[in-house]
Amino acid sequence: MSRLLDGLEVGERIGQRVPEAVVEATPRWVVVHPEKLVAVATYLRDEGELDLGFLIGVTAVDQLDHFEVVYHLQSISQNHVLTLKTRALDHKNPEVPSLVSVWRGAELQEREVYDLMGVRFAGHPDLRRVFLWEGFAGHPLRKDWMEMPGGLTPGLGRFPRED
Amino acid sequence: MTMKSEPFVVNVGPQHPSTHGVFRLRLTMDGERIVDAEMVMGYLHRSVEKLAEGRTYTQNIPFTDRLDYLSAMSNNLAYCMAVEKLMGIEVPERGEFLRVIMAEFQRIANHAMAIGSFAMECGVWFTPLMWMFRDREKILDLFEMTCGARLTTNYVRIGGVSFDIPPEFMPAATALVKELPERIAEYESLLLENEIILVRSRDVGVLPPELAIAASTSGPVLRGSGVMWDIRKADPYAVYDRLDFDIPVGTRGDCYDRFLVRLEELRQSVRILEQALDMLPDGVASVEVPLALRPPAGEAYARIEAPKGELGFYLVSDGSPHPQRFHIRSPSFINLTPLRDMVVGLTIPDAVVTLGSIDIVLGEVDR
Repeated sequence: MSRLLDGLEVGERIGQRVPEAVVEATPRWVVVHPEKLVAVATYLRDEGELDLGFLIGVTAVDQLDHFEVVYHLQSISQNHVLTLKTRALDHKNPEVPSLVSVWRGAELQEREVYDLMGVRFAGHPDLRRVFLWEGFAGHPLRKDWMEMPGGLTPGLGRFPRED
Repeated sequence: MTMKSEPFVVNVGPQHPSTHGVFRLRLTMDGERIVDAEMVMGYLHRSVEKLAEGRTYTQNIPFTDRLDYLSAMSNNLAYCMAVEKLMGIEVPERGEFLRVIMAEFQRIANHAMAIGSFAMECGVWFTPLMWMFRDREKILDLFEMTCGARLTTNYVRIGGVSFDIPPEFMPAATALVKELPERIAEYESLLLENEIILVRSRDVGVLPPELAIAASTSGPVLRGSGVMWDIRKADPYAVYDRLDFDIPVGTRGDCYDRFLVRLEELRQSVRILEQALDMLPDGVASVEVPLALRPPAGEAYARIEAPKGELGFYLVSDGSPHPQRFHIRSPSFINLTPLRDMVVGLTIPDAVVTLGSIDIVLGEVDR
């Protein structure tokens, strides 16, 4: 069973190495400051005990007032996983540094996040849309991408006949 | 006298059988050699992630069939596992076994397609593919008798499976599992020492293990490079921790190794099936889950070893009937990351073989 690394413990270790990097640490994930993201990621990858050399995935979540970029990390030698997050607080023009220099696997996935969610990755070697065409209006996975009548978002607020 | 040549661009695809769908490779050539490769995708983008945000958790299961349409069972399983993780639902033992049986049959069906089309791309024309289709057909028949559908199965449901197996399933499945080792031996005699495959795929499209890990590849692509990594062993789900099987790995990381890994995985899947069919317990196959499913606010990432690699679903719930975020970590898409490094310096026919050895399905690449 892949062990889930304790976020509090890892957060403390990151804090010792990269001061003022950790914004929030819970047992399930660590949120770091975007400015320190590259330093933290390099530390997580190279630290012998952590050895998080495999980036499972990159994705972003629209939290209505900010964007959360989520990295799932895996250590193949130690068989443990960690969820690393960072927050782009500017909802109009979200930007976080690119991690392609740390994990090559971020290359296509960051392009995907940029394409569909509109989070810019500073320092990405080739940040272009990947699925949609150049000139597509907006970024469709954002909650405010298309105003529906009455300012509604897609989906049910509640189930029919649900109490 | 030295010959000077002008670089030129060759478009492979999007409508070309060797791209396995609507994938386009924009190759910059210097004479016969590839000097640059650019991937163009999105021709099959159906915005599944956005659509899923407007539907309930149960309504989203059929979408997952249409991602990797050659292994629908695995996709259903990964998604349902993510919802179960979010809700804290326990699946009954029989349900878990049925999921494993279906997932492994699906792996054989998927690898049959992968090996057959890979052999075609190498130039072993049509016979292997038709042989593979013969077995795949029987597996699809098993799916059909269980859930009525052959490809878009929609079989694995939240809390278990949609139907328990019919009485005629066990005899047919047991007979097929008995028959398969003989068939695999036939494939090996046809393909393993095949001159065409050896010449076309040995030392072609080499992916070093360091790059394979750094570029987040998974599944047979990662194992072909010699990295012993299989989520069924490393992070066992369902009942894989109670089943005995080996993880085949390659040594050189070339196209031939990836092909060998798939061929050996057929045998390992048969081993798993033999045990799972034998151990299948009695009881109920699924627990009752309310149709109006409202997971508590939170997030969950669940992953499985799909035939093509690590397939994961990342769900964020805000407590409403539909997911706030529905992200698919699709193996086909991410396995394409190192493609440029693998094809630069090769010729176009070799690039086609390399792309075939990665085994992509465009429904999953573009989503």
